[in-house]
Amino acid sequence: MKATRDAYGEALVQLGERKDIVVLDADLSKSTKTATFAKVFPERFFNMGIAEANMMDTAAGLALSGKVPFASTFAVFAAGRAFDQVRNTICYPGLNVKIAATHAGITVGEDGGSHQAIEDISLMRTLPNMTVIVPADAIEAEQAVKKAAEINGPVYIRLGRSGVPVVHPEDYDFRIGKGNLLADGTDVTIVATGIMVAEALEAKKILEQEGISAAVVNIATIKPIDKELLVSMAGKTGAMVTAEEHSIIGGLGSAVAEVLSEEYPVPLKRVGVKDVFGRSGKPKELLEYYGLTAKNIAIAAKEVLSKKRG
Amino acid sequence: MVEKDLALEDKAKVLRKHIVKMIGEAGSGHPGGSLSVIDIVTALYFEVMKVNPDDPKWPDRDRFILSKGHAAPALYAALAEKGFFPVEDLLGLRQVDSHLQGHPDLKKTPGVEVSTGSLGHGLAVANGMALAGKLDKSTYRVYVVLGDGELQEGSVWEAAMASAHYKLDNLVAILDYNGLQIDGPVEEVMDLGDVGLKWQAFGWHVISIDGHDFEQILNAFKEAETIKDRPTMIVAHTVKGKGVSFMEHGVEWHGTAPNEDQVKKALDELA
Repeated sequence: MKATRDAYGEALVQLGERKDIVVLDADLSKSTKTATFAKVFPERFFNMGIAEANMMDTAAGLALSGKVPFASTFAVFAAGRAFDQVRNTICYPGLNVKIAATHAGITVGEDGGSHQAIEDISLMRTLPNMTVIVPADAIEAEQAVKKAAEINGPVYIRLGRSGVPVVHPEDYDFRIGKGNLLADGTDVTIVATGIMVAEALEAKKILEQEGISAAVVNIATIKPIDKELLVSMAGKTGAMVTAEEHSIIGGLGSAVAEVLSEEYPVPLKRVGVKDVFGRSGKPKELLEYYGLTAKNIAIAAKEVLSKKRG
Repeated sequence: MVEKDLALEDKAKVLRKHIVKMIGEAGSGHPGGSLSVIDIVTALYFEVMKVNPDDPKWPDRDRFILSKGHAAPALYAALAEKGFFPVEDLLGLRQVDSHLQGHPDLKKTPGVEVSTGSLGHGLAVANGMALAGKLDKSTYRVYVVLGDGELQEGSVWEAAMASAHYKLDNLVAILDYNGLQIDGPVEEVMDLGDVGLKWQAFGWHVISIDGHDFEQILNAFKEAETIKDRPTMIVAHTVKGKGVSFMEHGVEWHGTAPNEDQVKKALDELA
């Protein structure tokens, strides 16, 4: 178990060998894990205080001057509070700013609904020029951070607070825009992102015991989404379930629905936060409370199977 | 001290004519704030800043950010006259096939450094550029023009704090203090209080000038260069619609284009 934010902090320090990498934070460097970079490369770390909007625009200015800035804060502030900065000053001109937002989703836990971003994927993927990546584990997070630094343009990387199981092998090769078929199946495809990928793999086991063969796809890049893989899996299994630690409105479920309805309509069920805000609790308790578990994914899979046309 | 610069006054007059003509042709736009800021923009582009139209991305160039992006015609007029693009392009302002957007767009227009339009962004972007300049030990300076109504945006003050915190003495902000915003006089819509004192309290070196007096404008920029470890704010007292009698002090000219007769009358006055 390792949190994706920890992998981010480590990847940043490795990236720091590149002199054009600069890091900004808004008084959360210990939590977002940029503090390690700050210690190793203090001259290239800028604490902008509790002023997320200011941080995003400053990052834009640094990008316009040839730097590759990583700006970090909690997802709820990065995507919400600083939205106008991200929209108008970063995405509109397509600037090379990387937003690494931690503490996304309900697994923030005890801090409660005010701090649990359940709409950030939705907000970020609606912006032209933006790439949106949601790593499933520490291995993918490290690679996503490094790959984000290699492309020119704005990237939103969604990271979590809590530890998540490792689902990828050490030699995994993450590619932006490419989904990953983690386990094949014939009856239904579970498309998951972020921490729900591990739950999807568990759901596959549950379904297997009931004689249902489920494929599991990790969509780490929500935008641009891997249409080809989604359409091919829809064709192969004829039914789909999405799973995300995010509102069912506007996130992975919506993105998949958009692709399927236009390219290859099959029955679809979305597992996610059902248009409500979060609350305080332990991360595991909250996942149960909001129905974001392997069990819920398995139930959704069975429901969607019943709608499958013969 | 800098002597009265007639060449700059003549240049500003040419730019004023461009502003009136292009907004008239477009049928929409913001003449009042473009005319109030044009003397400052003229001084920067034709005297103060090191820029090269043949190499717009020259790394050591000085940077200009029009944070009050609605005064885009002022910036476009200066860029065209400076040679960043043909003067004829100006009449395409706001047209679908033109690179001259209603608000500055760095992707479309040569010489535009930052895309602006949503208020309250420019100063923080300027901070980023000034920080990069310090990191790279470059000598370039960053100039950013803010509107007075724009100071009502809280993000301006976040940025003001950061410029002082990082001791950005390679940064100069200019306030186009024309006293009018869309809904009326600034002090009636949302009183700014003592603007100079506010910036001082935020750790800035503050210079107060008449924003239409080139001697004062140039001296302020010279003074700013001597200030170390602090950013400089030049509070430029200006007149909205300056140079066109029927537009001066008129809040209705914030975002209204002159009609054909009004364009002609304005151009006659500026002749």
